[in-house]
Amino acid sequence: MTEIALSTSGLNKKFGSLVVAGDISLELPRGARYALIGPNGAGKTTLINLMTGMLAPDSGKITLGTEDITAVPPDVRVKRGLVRTFQINTLFPNLTPLEAVTLAVCERRGEAGVWWKSLPSCKAAADEAYGILSSLRLGEHCERPTKQLAYGQQRLLEIALALASKPKVLLLDEPAAGVPKEESGELFAAVAGISSDISVLFIEHDMEVVFRFASRIIVMVSGRILVEGTPDEIAANERVREVYLGSGHV
Amino acid sequence: MNAQTPGAAFNPQEVLRAQVRWRALEIIFWVATLAPFVLTPNYLILCSQIAIAALFALSLDLLVGYSGIVSLGHAVYFGVGAYSAGLLAKHGWGEPISGLLFASVVTALVGYLISFIMVRITHFALIMVTVGLCLLFGEIANSLHDVTGGDDGLQGVKMWSIFGIYRFDMFGRTAYVYTLVATFLSFLVLRRIINSPFGLSLRGMRENQRRMPAIGVPMKSRLQVVYVISACFAGLAGALSAQTTQFVALDALSFQRSAEVLVMLILGGAGRLYGGLIGAAMFMVARDQLADMNPQYWYFWLGLLLVIVIIFLPNGILGGLAALIDRVRSRRS
Amino acid sequence: MIARFVSLLFDGFAYGMLLFVLSVGLSVTLGMMNFVNLAHGAFAMVGGYVAIALMNRMGWPFLATLPVAFLAAALFSVVLERVLYRRLYRATDLDQSLLTIGIVFMSIAIAAYVFGTNQQPVQLPDYLRGRIVLGDFSFGVYRLFLIVSALIITGLMVIGLEYTRFGAQVRACVDNQRMARGLGLNVDYVFMMTFALGSGLAGLGGALAIEPMGLDPNFALKYLVYMLIVVAVGGLASIRGAFFTAGLLGVIDIFSKYYVPWIGGFILYLVMVGLLIWRPNGVFARR
Repeated sequence: MTEIALSTSGLNKKFGSLVVAGDISLELPRGARYALIGPNGAGKTTLINLMTGMLAPDSGKITLGTEDITAVPPDVRVKRGLVRTFQINTLFPNLTPLEAVTLAVCERRGEAGVWWKSLPSCKAAADEAYGILSSLRLGEHCERPTKQLAYGQQRLLEIALALASKPKVLLLDEPAAGVPKEESGELFAAVAGISSDISVLFIEHDMEVVFRFASRIIVMVSGRILVEGTPDEIAANERVREVYLGSGHV
Repeated sequence: MNAQTPGAAFNPQEVLRAQVRWRALEIIFWVATLAPFVLTPNYLILCSQIAIAALFALSLDLLVGYSGIVSLGHAVYFGVGAYSAGLLAKHGWGEPISGLLFASVVTALVGYLISFIMVRITHFALIMVTVGLCLLFGEIANSLHDVTGGDDGLQGVKMWSIFGIYRFDMFGRTAYVYTLVATFLSFLVLRRIINSPFGLSLRGMRENQRRMPAIGVPMKSRLQVVYVISACFAGLAGALSAQTTQFVALDALSFQRSAEVLVMLILGGAGRLYGGLIGAAMFMVARDQLADMNPQYWYFWLGLLLVIVIIFLPNGILGGLAALIDRVRSRRS
Repeated sequence: MIARFVSLLFDGFAYGMLLFVLSVGLSVTLGMMNFVNLAHGAFAMVGGYVAIALMNRMGWPFLATLPVAFLAAALFSVVLERVLYRRLYRATDLDQSLLTIGIVFMSIAIAAYVFGTNQQPVQLPDYLRGRIVLGDFSFGVYRLFLIVSALIITGLMVIGLEYTRFGAQVRACVDNQRMARGLGLNVDYVFMMTFALGSGLAGLGGALAIEPMGLDPNFALKYLVYMLIVVAVGGLASIRGAFFTAGLLGVIDIFSKYYVPWIGGFILYLVMVGLLIWRPNGVFARR
């Protein structure tokens, strides 16, 4: 049996009378590449917010590895290996990519609270940060303030910041959001290059990309999981076609 | 753009080091602080007040400029530091250096207690609570008339000589040396803090509070640490003020004092290390001159200064200069 | 004993109603445009000094100065809004606070320059002086006048907000500014008018406050705190919240000053800080 990296069981969340997450149970095995799809407003980002602790569920349980993390604060979840990226760039506009990623690396290494040591003395952290940036082809841009980077580079930096936390489970919220189709290939090449030890759950609207990268697909509609299966099963599923693919996406 | 010679292997450590290296201008700046001994020996008392204000502004910069947290009540810490140092000396222990340490520890403790409140709130409520706390402390000091002297101020503060040798003289020579050394040493510590991994995480909080938990940063405890450090140095500034003037006025805790230090910081440029220092110098000199002309209307000039800086120089004088230099450079290349 | 209590309650409520008139405009500015306007107290002070100037230098009757105080403060605020505030709508809380504190400082100095630093003497007309005695109880006529005025103003505001076209526009802007703009509402105009009305009320409050609170150049700062408490505790853009908070605040303030004078000052700030920690968005906030 495969090892489960992240699972939720019976996760519920309501905003007033609107159900944004209804009885969500899913399992993400180690090293998996899962896609989370669904029409706008289906509750995909909300699910990521619930998993990472940025929202508290009304009921249900979230398990990371073998540990119940339902009540664990967001930053501690990150330390334990559950890391996310954001659909809308959530970066540090006036820090350089090198500084930003070094910060994340320092934090993971438990050095970021140190105020008596000079930053350059954290050589290992700086080298590691530069390594991550280079692997995403951001090496030569790492000295410019983030706000001056091209949009596509900022999307890559989103991923670089997440990788700096050495995730076991990585939740990518539309990594290619807003990137022109011809450039999104490069972003997903970066996603494909992520170590196979890391379990990845990604939200994406482009079906071509989903079918290319995902080993399994979870379809959400109106805050609930409609169906889960391999790409072939999803493509053949009548209900999915009706509610989601029916409008000519494939 | 790249600081390295082309072809050489990229060394990220060097890039970070280049940012924290001492610059020639910095050294010139600190040497220049010695000039008043020779050039304006009659203004040494004003000079020590400038040094104290500069330290106070620097402590606030850690919060406002680097961490992006608003405080309209920073005088609380200045006042607590001033009263602790003043009361200690008044009640029989007039040794200055241990007095400074005592006052900064007391203030750090107060800062620690207050930090539990501060990390729970943001935005408008935070502004209000900082104002409220400032007024609250002012009222407490006012109503404890027997201890603090209330409106009349704390009198009878008797300081001993520094190391038992250097007396505080009436020309303020000793006082200026003393405050300058204390401010410079504090500056060194604060500079190191700002250039540390912790300092980087402060800037991270300023830049994006939402991302920080997502890279694993425990925001609340990090914020508590910065509140304590900031309070500690503000308290130190207050203690210096109490010791060198041998008096604590009730307005050490006032909202006006809080507003003034913000003005100095914003005037010089927040988040730039030297902004608070330069702002404090300009502010104190301007007040000295303008208040001499017409003390009652000083607030008019202060207000006008604020409006002008906010509208025309949003990043302060240093920010304006930096932008100017950038423009000249890019025109040349 | 009971007579004393009732009379204090009455005075406190009257004081609270005055605070309500002074503060309600600030609540709307903050809630609608998210602008931290610490100069609201200065607007009130403008109203106060205009009334004083008209009465003491030109011999106008007290009641006739009130509408002028309203208009003067409204006009003053609109000029500031056009010239200064507008540039900072997207700026940080801190920049907004500092700009408006700058205005407060300038207004304090100007008031001191023109009128001196002493408290202004005011002569109320005879029909607003004296007390009404009902058995054991007695009530100040001016206090009664304050309460009635505040209730009329509240009534007009509620009716205006609920039943007029302009009121509907204001509500739309408070609820969702972007949506309102998208629907083609002239948000800038709605805001300017609301801002003028709110500041005008502050000016009116400033004139009404001369007798009970006293008027000197520090008015702009001293009572700003009370206004901020009303807004902070009452919640943003909530007339109901501001009304109840102001009433309560007035009663607490008067009672604490009478029964526990030695802690009267700071109990107020303590309550404010405590409430803000408990409910950062205001105790009466809807959200």
